[in-house]
Amino acid sequence: MAKVVAYTGNMAAAEAMRQIDPEVCAAYPITPSTEIMQIFAQFVADGQVSTELVPVESEHSAMSACVGAAAAGGRVMTATSSQGLALMWEILYIAASLRQPVVMAVANRALSGPLNIHGDHSDTMGARDSGWIQLYSENAQEAYDNLIQAVRIGEHPRVRLPVMVCYDGFIISHSIERMELLEDEEVKGFIGEHHSLYPLLDVDNPMTHGPVDLQNYYTEHKRQQVEAMKHAGHVILEVGAEYGRLAGRPYGLFEKYRLEDAELGVAVLSSAAGTTKEVVDELRLRGVKAGALKLRVFRPFPAAELAKALSGLKAVAVLDRADSFGAMGGPVFIEVRSALLGLPKPPLCINYIYGLGGRDLLMVDIERVYDRLAEVAKTGKVEPLHDYLTVRT
Amino acid sequence: MAVTKEAPKKAPSLKDLSYKQDLFAGGHRLCAGCGIPPIVRQTLLASDYPVVVVTATGCLEVGTSIFPYTSWRVPWIHCAFENAASTASGIESMYRALKKKGKIDQEIRFIAFGGDGGTYDIGIQALSGALERGHRFLYICYNNEGYMNTGIQRSSATPLGADTTTSPVGEVIPGKREFRKNLTAIVAAHDIPYVAQSATIPARIMDLVTKVRKALDADGPSFINVLSSCDRGWRHDPADTIKITQLAVDTCYWPLYEVENGKWKLNYKPKEKKPVIEWLATQGRFKHLLKPENADIVRRLQEKIDRDWEFLLKRCAE
Repeated sequence: MAKVVAYTGNMAAAEAMRQIDPEVCAAYPITPSTEIMQIFAQFVADGQVSTELVPVESEHSAMSACVGAAAAGGRVMTATSSQGLALMWEILYIAASLRQPVVMAVANRALSGPLNIHGDHSDTMGARDSGWIQLYSENAQEAYDNLIQAVRIGEHPRVRLPVMVCYDGFIISHSIERMELLEDEEVKGFIGEHHSLYPLLDVDNPMTHGPVDLQNYYTEHKRQQVEAMKHAGHVILEVGAEYGRLAGRPYGLFEKYRLEDAELGVAVLSSAAGTTKEVVDELRLRGVKAGALKLRVFRPFPAAELAKALSGLKAVAVLDRADSFGAMGGPVFIEVRSALLGLPKPPLCINYIYGLGGRDLLMVDIERVYDRLAEVAKTGKVEPLHDYLTVRT
Repeated sequence: MAVTKEAPKKAPSLKDLSYKQDLFAGGHRLCAGCGIPPIVRQTLLASDYPVVVVTATGCLEVGTSIFPYTSWRVPWIHCAFENAASTASGIESMYRALKKKGKIDQEIRFIAFGGDGGTYDIGIQALSGALERGHRFLYICYNNEGYMNTGIQRSSATPLGADTTTSPVGEVIPGKREFRKNLTAIVAAHDIPYVAQSATIPARIMDLVTKVRKALDADGPSFINVLSSCDRGWRHDPADTIKITQLAVDTCYWPLYEVENGKWKLNYKPKEKKPVIEWLATQGRFKHLLKPENADIVRRLQEKIDRDWEFLLKRCAE
């Protein structure tokens, strides 16, 4: 029986971690993810988990300890935000290339400077090429569900990659919502036993991890990571369907919202997807053929599936909560537009940057996006391609 | 399964060690005359327990792990430059977690190797953190007094006056302008069970082996700082590595001592304390110091060595 609770995103993440009960957890405090580790440290202090908590002296050491612990042979988790993720940067790539399925909760927060503690996606979008699987969550429920699935996805023998589960800092991490929890035994059964590959602690079969890898092999090892990401796409779907049978909440690569007969669509991820769906409902009442697509999986990017889902639209706006300075648009836009351009008759595609440093995104702001889309569809003019939705002029 | 800790075995003789399997294979790409291989070989031979080794980015790592070859007959991992200590702390934590769950019953020891760049400089935070957290592991710094892997740059272990590629001798600046950092004392200030300075020298042939064994038996973190000649960076004949290392100890430039549970102990007192100029004269990196106009640098070096030596004798109640 599902237990209904009122949890913040951070409480949900900590609860998922308690139920997963990883062998090692190494973490360092940073707003707004700090609370996850506070709650989890209490679980450790109260003997509710068997985890060895390693309260490291920096996020760089947090990720380094995670890599060491995972290579030693066992389940490993951590959590961070913003600058913490930035300090982990170097080791994110190493975790992925050593194929260690570390699972990390990220309460998204803007990167400095200037200093800002609130939610945007500049932290994890910057890490999109690190080789980690990235799952984005709309709310506390999804953060919880994604964390549990992340264990299965990352540890799958055809994947063996680290996974970050992202949710918006403060907007989700600190807001209380109604959500449902699985029973401890259900989570335990779903994630199953951990199987290590070539663990360091198998001293009778010594293995060398992380050697220097030069021109004659490096390319093949990078290519293997690409293959693993491809497999991850299938595994994410399998795991999402199985989780649906267990929890009653199936997960795919993205969520289509009223897209079947839609002409104008917005593609967006995380908490803003909820607001967008509300706007779609309002516009539908007014006879506007509006729809939305909420991306869940950003890495691996589901290009073909996404293009197919958006292929019937006249115009699409991609909302980005991070910019890529000097690029053609935000990171999500660049991917979505590239995916659409493979279609025989691609919908027109524009980009809006919104919500930087935690700035609110209101329903009226999103309505303006649909108004613009109607104009784009009518005139065929996409300029300006890349614009700011909520900014002083 | 219940685990009983084995009592420390009798210290092996040099002859005993010669019968043990060498866990560090030949064929590695470290330079002829490099001081690192004897340190690693002796460390691995010294342990009575199976070990897991972490190595920081540096000469030792790139010289021993060129894919698809490896010199390591023990489980080994390289993660990055500055994080050998934090990577080791993760491995040791997983070991404790699995032992607690009864999934592992072997006694295993953990050793991290880093050069002075990876230890004195970029890795000091990770090292300090791991020591404070009390992970049971041994950190060995092979200290060749500079960033030799990247082409002989100065580190905070480089001595005053040394000529390196980033503290070059020029028309107006005569080499490195700062004294080296006393990392062994900094580590000792963490109040961990075992800290030592060592060198692979003929006058105390079992110094490192003895210290590694003590360190691995310590119930907590341990650290050994081992002077390691780099004939490319120090600029001397590769055949002179051991001789020059011995001279570093005999001039009291590199004293051999240990700090066991807070108690300082001198391990080797030269019969005759030689002047530092004798040590400087063996290496090309100090060549300019022999000129009359640089006599003041030699004087400052000698004064510092004398002062540090006197202080060490007091600390060791000698």
